[in-house]
Amino acid sequence: MEIFLQQIINGLTLGSVYALVALGYTMVYGIIGLINFAHGEVVMVGAMIALSVVQALIGAQLGLPPGLVILVGLAVAMPICMGIAYTAERVAYRPLRSAPRLAPLITAIGVSIVLQNLAMIIWGRNYLNFPDIIKPSPIEFGGAFITDVQILIIGVAALIMAGLLLVVHKTRLGMAMRATAQNQQVAGLMGIDINTVISAAFLIGAALAAVAGVLVTLYYGIAHYHMGFILGLKAFTAAVLGGIGNLGGAMLGGVLLGIIEALGAGYIGDLTGGFLGSHYQDVFAFAVLIIVLVFRPSGLLGERVGDRA
Amino acid sequence: MKPLLELTDYKVSYGGIKAVKGIDLAVNEGELVCLIGANGAGKTTTLKAICGLIKTAGGRALYQGENITGARSFELVRRGLAMVPEGRGIFGQLTIEENLAMGAYTRRDYGAIKTDTEQVFELFPRLRERRKQPAGTLSGGEQQMLAMGRAILSKPKLLLLDEPSMGLAPLMVKKVFETVRAISAQGVTILLIEQNAKLALQISSRGYVMESGAITLSGQASQLLDNPKVREAYLGEQAA
Ligand SMILES: Nc1ncnc2c1ncn2[C@@H]1O[C@H](COP(=O)(O)OP(=O)(O)OP(=O)(O)O)[C@@H](O)[C@H]1O
Ligand SMILES: [Mg+2]
Repeated sequence: MEIFLQQIINGLTLGSVYALVALGYTMVYGIIGLINFAHGEVVMVGAMIALSVVQALIGAQLGLPPGLVILVGLAVAMPICMGIAYTAERVAYRPLRSAPRLAPLITAIGVSIVLQNLAMIIWGRNYLNFPDIIKPSPIEFGGAFITDVQILIIGVAALIMAGLLLVVHKTRLGMAMRATAQNQQVAGLMGIDINTVISAAFLIGAALAAVAGVLVTLYYGIAHYHMGFILGLKAFTAAVLGGIGNLGGAMLGGVLLGIIEALGAGYIGDLTGGFLGSHYQDVFAFAVLIIVLVFRPSGLLGERVGDRA
Repeated sequence: MKPLLELTDYKVSYGGIKAVKGIDLAVNEGELVCLIGANGAGKTTTLKAICGLIKTAGGRALYQGENITGARSFELVRRGLAMVPEGRGIFGQLTIEENLAMGAYTRRDYGAIKTDTEQVFELFPRLRERRKQPAGTLSGGEQQMLAMGRAILSKPKLLLLDEPSMGLAPLMVKKVFETVRAISAQGVTILLIEQNAKLALQISSRGYVMESGAITLSGQASQLLDNPKVREAYLGEQAA
């Protein structure tokens, strides 16, 4: 029972990060039907930049409080991530908007490879370590432990997601985004500049990616140039699980995937008689992806294809 | 009277297919003009090209005296040129209220938007009853009401309507034509595309007849109604 609760807590933490990243996939997909495979790399860039800034600030020994140091890292990383996403859309995806779907998809993979290699050139192949400025203090909770870092991750993610829902459902921009997602031509006939809306989706997605990058680095204490690939793939799985194109779905899918993975990792040893260890946890994410694609391709909250105008 | 919209030698093609082959058409300020013609004549194509949804292949379109060939649709809407597309173009997952709000997207006079929305609800009480529901749950006729209401809320100078009566029951068709007339009476200039040639000509001041991408007849609506060719081809009557 303690293992169970513990893994739920761990899963919720990781799932919050997946959800933040999944939102970026799902917003872009919902509006232009593109699976932006470079999105995971934006998370990686966010993590690497934030971590570099944190390291520099700590190295300078200014005596700043750790929370502020991390916030500065995020403040530097976020606009850069947004700039990258905006540029990728303008330069790589927009010219292909009326091309067959495969073309922008391949291009997205290309952008992803470019970003990964740039990161490797800038930061090298080694892992960057998070300086020892935060010592997670565990709080006991029904036999399991939750750290203050975990609470921070879950809390920040929940706040941001609530904010996003508010923007999408209560503001002019949000309404324009939903209208554009349903029918670009008619949205144009309402006076909406769909290029602005599409850019906004990329910018918001990248801002969330930067936050996710910082949170995941904080959690694992490391960052490296290829961390975006697997994280992106899992977040994409989360988006598909929830129903790609659906915001609530991305949130639900992220949290569920995190929990499935954590429970899987917690019990896989017992289930296989010790044959497979918890480092096989990635298997669960991709098993989920396959199962969803086979049995419910529209995802848990996904709209029926016929609803799309 | 100066034309609000003026097409000269206007051409549109799909790839190599010439769908509109150089037409001349003008709509004067305050006028209600209809464009009638058989299926596939090129009516929708003309309207879409005017709105910037598809490219123009040649000729010129002037709106308020300015060349709008190549302008993008959202810019035209901001200049008062609105269109209700064929098939209505309702946002099915947005509520009725939100759809109406989309119509007023370019406006900033929020107080006036409220009273105008109320007016639309007066005009179509069904929409008020269901204001919080997704527009996709409306019947075809109700969706057409919504599409028209949305267009009214954009406060257009020129309204392009593509077959607003398509697929509707007779009572609804009547209501649609009454609404078109009411919008026109408020001073909105309208270019109306219709299959229902008789009703269209009855509420219009002038009309154009389009056949395979060309304008074959044009003139006062009353004259077209009496024209034997029109009567035979579009009003389903035997030539006298
Ligand atoms: N996307 C397209 N690609 C190629 N050809 C098209 C396309 N859309 C329309 N056409 C062709 O252009 C011609 C004119 O079509 P259009 O839709 O303008 O006719 P219409 O007068 O509006 O007819 P209807 O009364 O049936 O709506 C038709 O021959 C049609 O097949
Ligand atoms: Mg048509």
